[in-house]
Amino acid sequence: MTNAIAAAPPLPVVRGKRLQLIESLAGVGFAFPAFLLLLLINLVPLVVLVYLSFTDYELGAVDIGFLGLDNFRKALADPVFRRSLANTFVYVAIVLPGAVGLGLLIAVLLHRRKRTRSFYEVVYFLPVTSTLIAMATVWQFILHPRLGPVNGVLRGLGLPEIAFLTEPAYVLPTLAAIGIWQLVGFNMVLFLAGLSAIPRDLYEAAEIDGCQRGIDRFLTITWPLLGPTTMFVIVTTSITAIKVFDTVAVLTRGGPMGRSEVLLYAIYLEGYQYFHMGYAAALTLIFLAFVLLFSIFQYFFLERRVHY
Amino acid sequence: MTPTAASRPAAGPITPLRALVRRAATLLVVHAFLIAGAVFILLPFVWMLITSIKSPSEIFDVDFSLWPKQFNAVENYGTALNSVPLLRFALNGVIVCVGILVVQLLVAIPCAYALAKLRFPGRGTMLALVLMGLCIPIQVPALPLYMGLAKLGLLNTYFAIMMPFFLSVFAIFLFRQFFKSYPDEIIHAARLDGMSEFEIVWRIVVPSAWPAIAAFSVFSIVAHWNDLYWPLIVVSDTNLATPPLGMMFFASAETGANYGALTAAATVITAPLVIAFLVARRRFIEGITMTGIK
Repeated sequence: MTNAIAAAPPLPVVRGKRLQLIESLAGVGFAFPAFLLLLLINLVPLVVLVYLSFTDYELGAVDIGFLGLDNFRKALADPVFRRSLANTFVYVAIVLPGAVGLGLLIAVLLHRRKRTRSFYEVVYFLPVTSTLIAMATVWQFILHPRLGPVNGVLRGLGLPEIAFLTEPAYVLPTLAAIGIWQLVGFNMVLFLAGLSAIPRDLYEAAEIDGCQRGIDRFLTITWPLLGPTTMFVIVTTSITAIKVFDTVAVLTRGGPMGRSEVLLYAIYLEGYQYFHMGYAAALTLIFLAFVLLFSIFQYFFLERRVHY
Repeated sequence: MTPTAASRPAAGPITPLRALVRRAATLLVVHAFLIAGAVFILLPFVWMLITSIKSPSEIFDVDFSLWPKQFNAVENYGTALNSVPLLRFALNGVIVCVGILVVQLLVAIPCAYALAKLRFPGRGTMLALVLMGLCIPIQVPALPLYMGLAKLGLLNTYFAIMMPFFLSVFAIFLFRQFFKSYPDEIIHAARLDGMSEFEIVWRIVVPSAWPAIAAFSVFSIVAHWNDLYWPLIVVSDTNLATPPLGMMFFASAETGANYGALTAAATVITAPLVIAFLVARRRFIEGITMTGIK
């Protein structure tokens, strides 16, 4: 900006000031609608949310009682919420290594393919564009104990049928598998972008230096240089996984026996089904705290990458 | 793995033949793995398409076959289209996605330009707010927004479905990055030619930012066509349901009794984006993974 002004022919001082005023006015005018919407959609609701979290407000209630931190205390002692929190972390703990590890593996295997690369890319990316709710319904059918092909194959092998979505021990891993199915192509594309940024001659140099095997090359060059991409993929995958909702809402509704209750589903029930606004607000803030934790992590990491 | 390994003169114990065999073996393992993965990915799509043309008796037959013996496509798709307003859901999806996208672009583009190229009071604050907004998922302001919309009697309207997404801080952030690299000299020359800032934005800067706008549009449309959380909260009227919400209504109404029609409905709802993806592959991958660049 300053460079351009310095390079431009000198203007009379008065006209320069006038131009600056116009620039300020234009800037404010251009940013104002966005600011107004930001205020309306983000800031004011955030303030209201914090206020609500200290109250016992329920939708339609006439008076509001101030509770202080009671909602948060209640949440920490609430077995349903604690279970949702634990389930969410189990879900993240399965999806994170699964979607990141497989995404990386597929990207590394695809990177050098020439003729088949675009075919596999399309296939693996397909779940990212498709409507998860519709596909979840199909998964439900595929995993059906009697009618689904997966159990059909198990029966054919002489193995017992598995009720993937109704057996308490299997429900979270099954939902996580669907989560991985949806995410792996997204991560693959991010890793492919990271891989194409690694200079080719590094590999040739490594080969001359005695790095013959694929694994050696991966460990000495690919893995360290892919570090920033990997960190980034880990953060975005964690944030996506912690927001798991769609599959739970349509496939299990938290069941069986609360084994698939997750954070957002608990918030959804408290806020929009039972209308416990105060309590739901407190749960939302706890949810936000976890998301921010990941975002802060990403921020510091991005800062570092600038100096990298 | 390495294309160079075979062509290079063999050094030491690695004879050309052994190198060739090793290369063939690794290729085999790599493709076996990739194909196994592809089968896992494609399984629900294939199963969806096949079930949607099968007859109920075959669907409920425990000894299933992949290819249907008799075709029931007309009945299944007919049931899906008649028992719920499936095309209405798709139309709602289009209305909501286009409405959101248009407002997002109209609001975000000027703001991004101002943040990238203009000096004005409050610029730093605005930028900080945008960066902060990037970290806040929709589920956070959802509760107060829902209460506000309920109070105003606006639940079950298109406005309620679209409103929280009118501002995309992500769009502002992305376009600002893009506009920043636009040469100042051209903008300055346009100013000297007497163009207003408004004209500069829409007639000079925006046409040059077409790739970013296209990529963001794909991102926005995919996100809102598929979104379930917010429509589920503000819509209970079937006539306003977006595709995922409609699918959910349909699934619970049918409670798994009619898998043929259910998969037919799933096909109809999934098809538009999947077809668009297959047609504009590069744009789609670019657009959706743009979240990865922020």
